[in-house]
Amino acid sequence: MKPAEYYQRDRLWQPPQFTPNYKTSVPRSPRQALLSLENTISEITGPVFGHGDIDPIDNDLIKNYAKTGDPIGERIIVHGRVLDENGRPVPNTLVEIWQANAGGRYRHKKDMYLAPIDPNFGGCGRTLTDENGFYFFRTVKPGAYPWRNWVNNWRPAHIHVSVFGASFVQRLITQMYFEGDPLIAKCPIVNSIPDPRAIEQLIAPLDMNAAIPLDSLAYKFDIILRGRRSTLFENRLEGN
Amino acid sequence: MPQPLDYLKETPSQTAGPYVHIGLAPGAAGFDIYARELGWDIAGPEAPGDRIRVEGLVHDGTGAPVKDVLIEVWQADANGIYPHPEDPRAQDVAKGFRGWGRVITDFDTGLWGFDTVKPGPVKGRNGRMQAPHVSLWIVARGINLGLNTRIYFADEEQANAADPVLNLIEQQHRRATLLARREMRDGKPLYRFDIHLQGDNETVFLDI
Ligand SMILES: [Fe+3]
Repeated sequence: MKPAEYYQRDRLWQPPQFTPNYKTSVPRSPRQALLSLENTISEITGPVFGHGDIDPIDNDLIKNYAKTGDPIGERIIVHGRVLDENGRPVPNTLVEIWQANAGGRYRHKKDMYLAPIDPNFGGCGRTLTDENGFYFFRTVKPGAYPWRNWVNNWRPAHIHVSVFGASFVQRLITQMYFEGDPLIAKCPIVNSIPDPRAIEQLIAPLDMNAAIPLDSLAYKFDIILRGRRSTLFENRLEGN
Repeated sequence: MPQPLDYLKETPSQTAGPYVHIGLAPGAAGFDIYARELGWDIAGPEAPGDRIRVEGLVHDGTGAPVKDVLIEVWQADANGIYPHPEDPRAQDVAKGFRGWGRVITDFDTGLWGFDTVKPGPVKGRNGRMQAPHVSLWIVARGINLGLNTRIYFADEEQANAADPVLNLIEQQHRRATLLARREMRDGKPLYRFDIHLQGDNETVFLDI
């Protein structure tokens, strides 16, 4: 593909940095205006990953840390596509996820929540999308957990998702929520996103067609990365 | 009503949170799961160029170091070539050069650092050269959308003076927030680059 620049990020759709109900954002949010750059080769390129970087079992959180048996919890499949804003699939891109176990506890030395660690659950996975942008994970549904913000804040059940895309400008980290969870509407992190339609974009529906009978339920989560123009941004980029 | 345009909307970002290490650097979270963690080696052993180390702190608006940051870096090799199919010179990129790295801040001190080769200049728009730089993407608890900025090298005075991005910064004194300061440690070059998320010395962040 010839170099073409990406559509500008819709800053009204994305959460602003300063969101006082999410307290940690208060001292960590820049207050000066961002400097807007037109894309150069530094932005339209980015790291390339291949099957040599990961192992096939990395996308199976039920098996990738199992020691004495399977982890406790509701067995689920999380699947979907990575697309761009033009609706085109983003193939061979790295998708990484991490999550709490079924009790809401992370395997992390900084997590002190009283729910127990699951000896058979690590809580992370990674995969590459296929040539049509599809990805697939198997895991257990994470539990809700409390966090220090207001006195009584609980995170809705969620899976953290990291995606690269084809260039440095498409890099994205987000969180996937589960259809029907009453904690979504109460969460200050969710509500850092101002537009309710944008919040809906983070809620994965139950997908019975992808469930495996007598084995696992399924949720579908499509991820949209920035799209790009179809025309060259200039003819001198290649140095003529 | 006119016809719909049918573009999709970019998925909204959410903070990486305090446990980002589990997913992206599980060794640091305290467990061993993957055969290979990604992003530990930016340049590989064989790429030619000046071997340098870059170190710094990330400060919050109160001046305290932020101790749960994850930074990703992306850079060209010493000849200014990116290992990516859209770089027209990609077939000549240095052997084993990955250009991408992932570093986390120390849980106790907040210090981060990476070893690499100093990048060469790369072409910008309209044929204007860009001074050597490293692109950064910064995520952490409390950061709702990853922050982009660039590291430039203070000792590249001439190239920096002509750099189209540095020159876009209207308040000239803020250009210094993108300059890494060269020092020597044990006979090896070390560049110091502190990031200020907020406050008098706020780093210039980019909307790319
Ligand atoms: Fe979380």
